[in-house]
Amino acid sequence: MTAVSAKSPRLTATTQAPARPATGEIPGLYWVVGALLVLAPLFCSHFVLLQILGWAMILGMIALSLMFLAGYGGMVSLVQLTIAGIAGYLTAILGTSAVSGISLNWPWWLAVPVAMLVAVVFGTLVGALAVRTAGIYTIMITLAIAAAFFYFVQQNYAVFNGFTGFNNLIPPVFLGVDWHNPIAFYYLILSCAALAYLAVLYVARTPFGLALQGVRDNARRMAALGFSVTAHRIAAYSVASLIAAVAGVLLVWLNAQVSPGTVAVGPAIDILIIAVVGGIGHPIGAFIGALIYVILRTFALDALVAVGLSGERFQLLIGLGFLIIVFGSPDGLLGLWTKLQNRSQRGILPDREVSR
Amino acid sequence: MSAVATRSIAERLSSAGTANALELRGVTKLFGALAALTDISLSVSPGERRAVLGSNGAGKTTLFNCITGDFLPTSGTIRLFGEDVTRFPAHERIRRGLRRTYQISQLFPGLSVLDNVYLACCGVSRSRFSFIRPRRDDALLATAEQLTEAVHLRDVRDIKVAVLSYGQQRQLEIALALAGAPRFVLFDEPAAGLSPTERRELVEILTNLPGHMGFIIIEHDMDVALRVAERVTMMHNGRIFKEGLPEEIEADPEVQALYLGGGHA
Repeated sequence: MTAVSAKSPRLTATTQAPARPATGEIPGLYWVVGALLVLAPLFCSHFVLLQILGWAMILGMIALSLMFLAGYGGMVSLVQLTIAGIAGYLTAILGTSAVSGISLNWPWWLAVPVAMLVAVVFGTLVGALAVRTAGIYTIMITLAIAAAFFYFVQQNYAVFNGFTGFNNLIPPVFLGVDWHNPIAFYYLILSCAALAYLAVLYVARTPFGLALQGVRDNARRMAALGFSVTAHRIAAYSVASLIAAVAGVLLVWLNAQVSPGTVAVGPAIDILIIAVVGGIGHPIGAFIGALIYVILRTFALDALVAVGLSGERFQLLIGLGFLIIVFGSPDGLLGLWTKLQNRSQRGILPDREVSR
Repeated sequence: MSAVATRSIAERLSSAGTANALELRGVTKLFGALAALTDISLSVSPGERRAVLGSNGAGKTTLFNCITGDFLPTSGTIRLFGEDVTRFPAHERIRRGLRRTYQISQLFPGLSVLDNVYLACCGVSRSRFSFIRPRRDDALLATAEQLTEAVHLRDVRDIKVAVLSYGQQRQLEIALALAGAPRFVLFDEPAAGLSPTERRELVEILTNLPGHMGFIIIEHDMDVALRVAERVTMMHNGRIFKEGLPEEIEADPEVQALYLGGGHA
């Protein structure tokens, strides 16, 4: 067509490589951030390593599982923290905790995989239920399940130890390393987070990941191409649940405890806020959002007290930040970043946007 | 392209008693009290190219939606290559060799052109659930690239579909329907909104399809419809009221009164 050939010299210049337009070459910023994270134990205190970076990466993984469903699949699920919580709770129940009357003292190599498996099965079942709904109804049904699980564990003493939950949950010793050691545990979290992040990036370009994005863009056409849309959506829940389950185990090891507060409705909604603030169009957004959230959670209280306000108001700060970011850029901070980049280098091709 | 040779094979197969590519018996579709389709019976033999004509609201697109499984018919049966698919979900019919295009393009705007075509190729293959990225020499990827080239979209293959021109989107729409070796395709107004040049290219694509690949085309443009079709079915108010060769239909006074004369150039 004439319209194409007019444009083609410029387009072919950017798309000459026979390879697929994959994630492209790794930008320099990634190397810098990666190196900083790997070298962090050299210049960060244990507090920063675990309570800031570690926590942010764990929350980032849970938000990543939501991003996978929402960003690629167009399904907003509020049950991701609950899935993480189930993995965490089962690690406590099957493994070792201070509540010796309930915990079964299985070795970690049995307790942790079984805990994750149960969490994935649970997430898949929730998915099977939720994919039959769309939009706001998916949000409501997953929120209802999250709330139900919270009240259930709070009131069940026989298995979930009610209001108290479980404490003294520590990472085991394996491969000759005591993972309870802060630096070792930091690296464990970092490896899991990096693996989850890279896995999501990888899967996004596989037939499964592309099909998920196809389902998001046009479910009817996907069916007309031979895809079972329902099966694809449910499978996406399984994949997301696996990421959330890994994060859940790490979360209870980080806090050394799990209780109904871990899986309450407030924190479940925080996961959505994290993902949206960071930017739901790209996996990295989940981690950016989580880091901002953790920094606000940790320091807003002190900052507020310092200027003479009540420390309770930190939620207000988070809320205001959320509003500003969402109004300023629907794609979260990542969207803001791309906007700035586009402004500095005019005429960037639209297919290089973050939201793929 | 040895279209003639393959067509004769298809004809031999069909004359040897092979089932019809598509067979509708008494298909009726009601939307509440409105009968969109009434007692439609239609047989299309393998490799046959059929045009379905009719004014707006005649039920042509509803007919397509019933055949592909977007809607379940209220009554009647639909057979695809002899198999009763009346109650099958859409994706099961597609896996048996049926494809369609849409009057309003149904694409994946967030993905690149090549990804759109590649997805279409994956849909009917086992790799649709694959968690492994395709290698550069991947067979499906190669097919997708060929198909992208066949519909003249090679230069824009890495561009997001959302920014394609209308004509390019229509061409991609056709590419998606031709992916994965279809046996029977339903084209829903493929020429709508295309320029004269683009229409010529479309006719070329349709006439050059392999001979075993039958299709039904809904088309208002008589130049396109009568040039590519071997037989014509006329629909009016949800019923089939005439069927015949293109020249018979063109010459039919009833048809002219109802349709051709009805403001059509």
